[in-house]
Amino acid sequence: MLFAFVLYTVVAGAEASPTKPNTALHAIAQELIDAGYREKQALTERLTTIDDPKTLEFMQVMVEGDLYYRKDDRVVVIKGDNAVTTFFSGEEITLESKRDIKKISVNNKLRVLLRGGIARLQIFSDDPEMRMQAAVNLLKSAEDLDQATLDEALSNEEKPDVRDVLSLVKGIRLLEADTEKERLEGVSYLSGSLYPDVRGALANYRRAAEADSRTEEIQAADEALKKIESLLSLNSVAENLYFGLALGAVLLLAAIGLAITFGVMGVINMAHGEMIMLGAYTTYVVQQLMPDHIGMSLAVAVPAAFLVSGFVGVLIERGVIRHLYGRPLETLLATFGISLVLQQAVRSVFSPLNREVATPDWMAGTFMINPALELTFNRLYIIIFSLLVLALLALILKRTLFGLQMRAVTMNRPMASSMGIRTGWVDALTFGLGSGIAGIAGVALSQLTNVGPNMGQAYIIDSFMVVVFGGVGNLWGTLVGAMSLGVVNKLLEPWAGAVVAKILVLIFIILFIQKRPRGLFALKGRAADMG
Amino acid sequence: MKKVSLKTLMKASQIVGMTAMAAGVSIANAADDTIKVGVLHSLSGTMAISETTLKDTVLMMIEEQNKKGGLLGKKLEPVVVDPASNWPLFAEKTRELLEKEDVDVIFGCWTSVSRKSVLPVVEELNGLMFYPVQYEGEESSYNVFYTGAAPNQQAIPAVDYLINDLGVERFVLAGTDYVYPRTTNKILESYLKSKGVAEKDIMVNYTPFGHSDWQTIVSDIKKFGAAGKKTAVVSTINGDANVPFYKELANQGVASEDIPVVAFSVGEEELSGFDTAPLVGHLAAWNYFQSAESEANDEFIAAWHNYIGDEDRVTNDPMEATYIGFSMWAEAVEKAGSADVDKVRSAMYGIEVPNLTGGTAVMNENHHLSKPVLIGEIQEDGQFEIVWATDEEVKGDAWTDYLPESANLISDWTAPINCGNYNTSTKTCGGSAVAGE
Repeated sequence: MLFAFVLYTVVAGAEASPTKPNTALHAIAQELIDAGYREKQALTERLTTIDDPKTLEFMQVMVEGDLYYRKDDRVVVIKGDNAVTTFFSGEEITLESKRDIKKISVNNKLRVLLRGGIARLQIFSDDPEMRMQAAVNLLKSAEDLDQATLDEALSNEEKPDVRDVLSLVKGIRLLEADTEKERLEGVSYLSGSLYPDVRGALANYRRAAEADSRTEEIQAADEALKKIESLLSLNSVAENLYFGLALGAVLLLAAIGLAITFGVMGVINMAHGEMIMLGAYTTYVVQQLMPDHIGMSLAVAVPAAFLVSGFVGVLIERGVIRHLYGRPLETLLATFGISLVLQQAVRSVFSPLNREVATPDWMAGTFMINPALELTFNRLYIIIFSLLVLALLALILKRTLFGLQMRAVTMNRPMASSMGIRTGWVDALTFGLGSGIAGIAGVALSQLTNVGPNMGQAYIIDSFMVVVFGGVGNLWGTLVGAMSLGVVNKLLEPWAGAVVAKILVLIFIILFIQKRPRGLFALKGRAADMG
Repeated sequence: MKKVSLKTLMKASQIVGMTAMAAGVSIANAADDTIKVGVLHSLSGTMAISETTLKDTVLMMIEEQNKKGGLLGKKLEPVVVDPASNWPLFAEKTRELLEKEDVDVIFGCWTSVSRKSVLPVVEELNGLMFYPVQYEGEESSYNVFYTGAAPNQQAIPAVDYLINDLGVERFVLAGTDYVYPRTTNKILESYLKSKGVAEKDIMVNYTPFGHSDWQTIVSDIKKFGAAGKKTAVVSTINGDANVPFYKELANQGVASEDIPVVAFSVGEEELSGFDTAPLVGHLAAWNYFQSAESEANDEFIAAWHNYIGDEDRVTNDPMEATYIGFSMWAEAVEKAGSADVDKVRSAMYGIEVPNLTGGTAVMNENHHLSKPVLIGEIQEDGQFEIVWATDEEVKGDAWTDYLPESANLISDWTAPINCGNYNTSTKTCGGSAVAGE
């Protein structure tokens, strides 16, 4: 029997319990409970070498920060989402209070050690994805792996992509070899790889070679690095374009609503940002109402935000703006006042602190094209989403009766009125539509930035910029304007810095508006005179 | 008819005003049995997010003090004003507090700009202010006590930790574009160079206030980190811009194990605004964490939850600094036997109060505290796990030793020096106590 031996007799109240196995792993677990971070490091190094079927699981639970122990009897437990189970015997236990168990804490150094240890075991996993992940992790701790394990893994491996990464691991190890021939062979393995760890290893190798002035090796390293650099610079062009489109999509989302209220109706709506904010807060409320379905929450939040912001928009139009048509200055002041009122209202209702909006799992992560070029999912979705919203809006304007009435009213109000269109209601609904779309934008933006009372302020200037630049009253102009401003901004940023890039874009717009006061796509004919 | 009524109205209001003033005087006379405490924190505008909490902290402390019978047998009376995140308004509100309300002490300000705006007024009217937030140093006013961290109590120990414990050799200094990050980064750059870090191993990056699109910068950080040397980000990014920054880090898969970010402006309260699961392991340097284990801290947290009526509210470093400042002031008033500004100030030097993290904080002659420095790692529940602490209390240094223009300066507000920026090599006092004025 493995049980029935208590390792730590010092522990008061710890009676010999049959659930305590006497294994090396268990001994380390007990030591980890009391250790400080320095001791934990040595213990973790030992832990990674223990030959025990449960070692892998132990390290995985520990690295995730789910490893706890019960205070009164020092039983190691796993804290799951819903239940707490003992680690060694796998029994579910009930806790009287949260404070009954205490975490076996880990810091960054321990995590690095653990991930290395996990990778060394997982490299023999049956799941090729696990093996791939393990191989990529091994790039970071190649020197800790012993040669026999690596050779075995290489000869067993069937998947070519995992083999490639493993040969990179081999290459990194060879850089440390004793003979020049082996080291140069290592460089040849690594040349052209885009993994950041490979580049790091090569840079270190070059430094070492330089220190001993081994000229041939310096040259080889330089060549390999140069090849990587040239591949990287190609990648970074693609990456910057993607970043630009992503920024453009955010600008587009923020501006589409304004393209209606300002672009079509001509209302200088300073409360536009607050409509976005209301949409974001709606997302927060929706998530509070359905905490168990975060993945679904955004799908519910989109229509909810449209209704909330749209409703507030209709109220504003009926209550204030309708009395101010044709008086742009008063409209500007009134809507600015409304924006302050809305901000303070949110501050009073929800507190001035930012609210936490969770990101559903399907929005996290990246789409990997190669190790140096990864497209973040959330931005990808937002690009798609912004285009969908735009398409939907274009459809409403061009293909529905309401869209027809809306265009009729903005083009020639008296004529539309005499044709029996209730212009007042069309105005209200149009403003509501623009506001509602701003609300939808708020749902998307809640995934990227703060949800707080001031969040709308950050988007109001950008929105006006996009609409004016694109051409007032023209949806395509808004699309092209947003995307080109996004891309220009992101292409400038790498060499000018974020602050200067933004200034340059603003200067560019000022000059552009001087030259073409009506923006990129100016409306022509009679509609232009109405604008 | 209308005109007449307006005139009467004005007259009437004048009379009312005068009587009110007279009444005010008599109230002030009668009100000698209270000690007035001014609270100068923004309750609206951008800074409300941070400063409202401090207003509540001061009010809680006053309430507790009054339960204990007040000070010198008098009750404390809070006077709360709202400078609305508007820097010039801070100066006006200070004047209002000191001249009209005649307060004995002010607890206030968060941003450095607001503090700089208040300085001339408290100095002119000889007020007394406690400033509870970490800042860039290079200042020591006769009328201000700084209970937040100076750079040598936060930034320098944090960098030491990165170099010594994590073996970091390459640094990204990322900050919001204003005075605190710029000064701190200047100090850090010069400190890192003195430690033998090469120019090309330091990347400095500034972003506008409220920056929300971090794609390029995070991608640059990733590239900078792939040079074979351990890399870390030292972040002085301010308030609101942090959420999108950390979200982008998580999205682009920058793990704390590869490139840790140590932040000087991110505490429990900032983290309560978002989902911290992807941030586990990133660092922050402060003098206080809510997770610190001590009895005083448990009591403070319990009192805070009780006062605010919400178990989910967190505590943070500027709250502890407010707590320390208030406790010190209360003790100094008792010691001086008066709430008079000059008497309290002289009584302040050397006063010790317990830290919430254990140990004691001491007020020094340069108006800065000696207190411990802690490094914490972000946990999944939005709290920090303390992974490192200085062995002993660090004395706040008003003038950093790592910038040539202030290396020789010290501050000592006691005789014989009695100067906020005394030059130890020329043995002269620079006059105005504020840098660059």
